[in-house]
Amino acid sequence: MRYLVSVIDDRENPGSTDRRPAISEFNERLIAEGYWVFAGGLADTDTATVVDNRGEQVVFSDGPFVESKEYLAGVWVWEAPDLDVALKLATEASRICDRKIEVRPFR
Amino acid sequence: MTEAAVVRAHREEWARLVAVLTKRFGDLDVAEEAAAEAFATAVERWPVAGVPPNPGAWLTTTANRKAIDRLRRESRRDDKHGEALTVHDDDAPVGAIDDDRLRLVFTCCHPALAMDARVALTLRMVGGLTVPEVARAFLVAESAMGRRITRAKTKIKEARIPYRVPATEDLPARVSGVLAVLYLVFNEGYLATGPDTDPVRQDLTAEAIRLTRLIRELLPQDGEVTGLLASMLLTEARRPARVSATGELVTLAEQDRGAWNTDLIAEGHGLVRERLATGEPPGRYQLLAAINAVHTSARDIRDTDWSQILALYDHLARVDPSPIVALNRAVAVAELDGPEVALTIVDRLENTLSGYHAYHATRADLLRRLGRSGQSRAAYDRAIDLAGNTAETAHLTRRRDQLR
Repeated sequence: MRYLVSVIDDRENPGSTDRRPAISEFNERLIAEGYWVFAGGLADTDTATVVDNRGEQVVFSDGPFVESKEYLAGVWVWEAPDLDVALKLATEASRICDRKIEVRPFR
Repeated sequence: MTEAAVVRAHREEWARLVAVLTKRFGDLDVAEEAAAEAFATAVERWPVAGVPPNPGAWLTTTANRKAIDRLRRESRRDDKHGEALTVHDDDAPVGAIDDDRLRLVFTCCHPALAMDARVALTLRMVGGLTVPEVARAFLVAESAMGRRITRAKTKIKEARIPYRVPATEDLPARVSGVLAVLYLVFNEGYLATGPDTDPVRQDLTAEAIRLTRLIRELLPQDGEVTGLLASMLLTEARRPARVSATGELVTLAEQDRGAWNTDLIAEGHGLVRERLATGEPPGRYQLLAAINAVHTSARDIRDTDWSQILALYDHLARVDPSPIVALNRAVAVAELDGPEVALTIVDRLENTLSGYHAYHATRADLLRRLGRSGQSRAAYDRAIDLAGNTAETAHLTRRRDQLR
């Protein structure tokens, strides 16, 4: 079962910035234990571009998340046998990243 | 009476059937529908062909066949569903106790589900209540309850919430949520909400007790598990005296205490003493059990040690500062300091409890004791409007009609 694991930051109450080494170490463990599929941190929401080509002309704009209080700061994709395993890892991940974590299954 | 046989089989076999089918097919939806179809078939078949010698086995076979039929139909429509047929998860790690119904409870009470969804799902899947019955127990619209239950089942399936009793090291964290649900299931059984159901649903109280006993086997040292079990046993002990021959609820004060179940009382008192002996600070369920123990120790309502009950409620109000605890505490205050003092406390709860039948019933009783008949009658009317339990409505109506 694959889960999208989103790291959620909060503009008003941001997580600490020195998490990189701890996250790298955690990633090593995810790889060693067979849970790791993919991971990546995201640049700031200011760097995002939204493309809308549903109308007659393509429109480029900045993202819908620029103004929102909470935003996506990074993602993992994990392979885990069930939600309990994923939630246990996410509990650790939240502490390690110092941020909220959303766990959501792929269909 | 084949109809009675179906009703009894439903009471005795529903949860086991759903649990067995969930284990076999790995899907709550399939399990629930197949179980419901098997009972529907029993309703048609049994009056004609007679009640089978082993109704449980007949229902299991029938439900299995229904589930396989359904999965075949679906797999023709959509190949992906065919996979479900192969989910015979027999190698799944087994928890500390291998009881299918206990697994079902832990699945329905998973912390990833919202609390109201957990209770609703447990009442439906384990308690066998219909969706309209669950909706009535929660005072929400049937369609909304249907959606809530469907959403929870979808989450279990799509997020893959496992169907198992958690491993020993994970149990303590998981168990408090389960206790909260079992407490509500027991209470729904003890004061059932439906107009068409028995006022007391012994199937629900018995199942809640059975499951709490199993959890106690898993965690014998957990004070709250023991406390909840003791509290349930001491409440259940009073059940034979609780509804009169004419179907009216009999209050604690008026009950025939000779009809109480002495075995359950002895067992409950034993558990309360066991917890007291540990000297550990009691939690919510242990305090409820202690209050029940004081009530069931009195041979007559006049022998009740109200000051001890009030002291326990004071303690409970610190552990669980909910308005319902404050309301129950006020009943003890009325016995010690009189109805006037108690009414002052109760009136302060109006904002939070004005939609709760017991608030108005308690007020009505206090006003009656104060001789304020007009106000008492109005409070009884309000309580009658809100009460969902037929025996309680009968009791409140008689009390109101006695006012002059």
